Amino acid sequence: MKSLAELAALREKAKAEVNLRNNGEDKIRVVVGMATCGIAAGARPVLAAFVEEADKRQLKNVMITQTGCIGICKLEPVVEVYVPGQEKVTYVKMTAEKAVKVVTDHLINGQVVSEYTIGTEQ
Amino acid sequence: MNIVRAHILVCRGTGCSSAHSEEIFKRFEEELKAQGMADEVKMIQTGCFGLCELGPIVVVYPEGAMYTRVTPDDVSEIVSEHIVKGRIVQRLLHTEKDSAEVVADLSKTKFYEKQTRVALRNCGVINPENIDEYIAVDGYEALGRVLTEMTPEEVIDIITKSGLRGRGGAGFPTGLKWKFASAPAPVKYVCCNADEGDPGAFMDRSVLEGDPHVVLEAMTIAGYAIGAHQGYIYVRAEYPIAIHRLQIAIKQAREYGFLGDDIFGTGFSFDIELRLGSGAFVCGEETALMTSIEGNRGEPRPRPPFPAVKGLFEKPTILNNVETWANIPRIILNGADWFASMGTEKSKGTKVFCLVGKINNTGLVEIPMGTTLREVVEEIGGGIPNGKKFKAAQTGGPSGGCIPASLIDTPIDYESLAAIGSIVGSGGLIIMDEDTCMVDIAKFFLQFTMDESCGKCSPCRIGTKRLYEMITKITEGEGTLEMLDEMEELCHHLQKNALCALGQTAPNPVLSTLKYFRDEYIAHVVDKRCPAGVCTKLLTYEIDPAKCKGCTLCARNCPADAISGKVKEVHVIDKSKCIKCGVCMSNCKFDAIVKK
Repeated sequence: MKSLAELAALREKAKAEVNLRNNGEDKIRVVVGMATCGIAAGARPVLAAFVEEADKRQLKNVMITQTGCIGICKLEPVVEVYVPGQEKVTYVKMTAEKAVKVVTDHLINGQVVSEYTIGTEQ
Repeated sequence: MNIVRAHILVCRGTGCSSAHSEEIFKRFEEELKAQGMADEVKMIQTGCFGLCELGPIVVVYPEGAMYTRVTPDDVSEIVSEHIVKGRIVQRLLHTEKDSAEVVADLSKTKFYEKQTRVALRNCGVINPENIDEYIAVDGYEALGRVLTEMTPEEVIDIITKSGLRGRGGAGFPTGLKWKFASAPAPVKYVCCNADEGDPGAFMDRSVLEGDPHVVLEAMTIAGYAIGAHQGYIYVRAEYPIAIHRLQIAIKQAREYGFLGDDIFGTGFSFDIELRLGSGAFVCGEETALMTSIEGNRGEPRPRPPFPAVKGLFEKPTILNNVETWANIPRIILNGADWFASMGTEKSKGTKVFCLVGKINNTGLVEIPMGTTLREVVEEIGGGIPNGKKFKAAQTGGPSGGCIPASLIDTPIDYESLAAIGSIVGSGGLIIMDEDTCMVDIAKFFLQFTMDESCGKCSPCRIGTKRLYEMITKITEGEGTLEMLDEMEELCHHLQKNALCALGQTAPNPVLSTLKYFRDEYIAHVVDKRCPAGVCTKLLTYEIDPAKCKGCTLCARNCPADAISGKVKEVHVIDKSKCIKCGVCMSNCKFDAIVKK
């Protein structure tokens, strides 16, 4: 250890490791419906894709978690994205490929991928 | 660095480890692997969460859900419900006493809400075996700033201004101690007292197990402040998990260059070694501890010269307790004013207590100085189990005194406790209910200090022995009222004449129980009766003829064949044969056996 700057750089890197344990209000929450209906419709690969993509891009302000049945089982897998201060966005009939696009467009660039949202189904 | 979606924290402190938390940890790993989720969920072992009563404890983030009393068999349910489906397993959550509310988030429980965690801030939060996690929570930042931006005088100044006092028991101002040791000398030492010996106290162990790097960082800071280059941690061999984690921490700190030569490129060098103690209570006394590090038999030596002048290997030495060290980096980072804003006028900051005995929430609590005993017992501790009444609390273990129920509103700080004849001590807080005999408890502590007396000075070696003999006679109904006065006189003699703190404080339990519970002593001496029903020599077991149904259960279970009687007839205990084991009483289904 040679300087405070070196320590600060190390800390930034290490923070990703423990970030999940501070329940910060400023984080984007990605919630994947993982009830029986969601899992049967393929929610597992969707969840895995979100985690993998977030890791690849080192998105430290994103929290990926899961929830039960939202109630629209025919549109599963359902994923909801909560950006602080904004209305939640509900994506339906998700796949691993779609998840990657949601990460790049929505989570990183703030552009809702409207063609995947629940509005297109109704 | 992998980003994962969930963290599963399993407590691997000594308490939870003894309740199979290692197996729980392994089962989680297996189960996650079987479900193909090993890459997206991270397993972390932590130090003590503090709520040992409810261990083993597992916390799952991001929800922060705290599962209590987890068994290895619960693991697959937590994985398949919580981790796979996101459904928190309600059955395993902590339920607040006297309320139907199930609390999922541990920081919202009554136990944690009232606490202020400074020394314990990382315990149960980070993985103690991973230096990166310590760095992520600002670890070694204080050391970096001290070495690159502050002079040694400024470091001592900030510690002095913070008002931090030794957490090992005596409460000596830490900054002053450092100042004494800062006089120029070619070789100096920094020591850490981790020889925690009070029965029922485990705060130092918990810090070492949960956050070992904080001690290394603080000792290095002290090394810079006084100009020492070598540190020793004296830790008892009975703490294998703490030792293991300290060894890992020292190795990691050396690899990262937080220990060794040219730390932070400043040319300052410092290293730390472990010394294992074999568990003698007297080695927690500073001069005895240093004698033991030197390789000699652990016996105290007279002070002065104080260690700051002539300590380890006759060189100026500072010796601080684990918890004291754990406060140092935070004081450097947050400033003296921040620390001094907590606590009372003369007792600053927080203190860790081990809440044990007759209390619902057994565990580790950290409270601002000046919190009242009532808040600790009734709010944080959740009250006394089985609807019993609070009778007294013992602070400071065998060196401390008792606080009776009438003084439950006493604020816990150095001055207030000293004023009522007790001490803050290292932090043991033993809660006693109405079933505790105060004479017996004083006898218990005396037996401890008598056994642990090193024998070097006669006041302690002989004094504790004579005191123990007298108190034993009292508990056996052979005491006299004169004996009480004799005991008091001998106690004062010990306080004045013993060589070290062990002997000087050994009479405290006797004196304080004599002061607050003299009526119990008198009941033992005059009425030959133990009001709490503990001292077996003074007890008699009898069968209430009105309640006895003649079921023969007591007679069949009596190990001494002291009970006779026919089926469906009233039974009788032969008092000459009775060994007062109480088996009959615990077996009787009709509450017919009475203890007098």
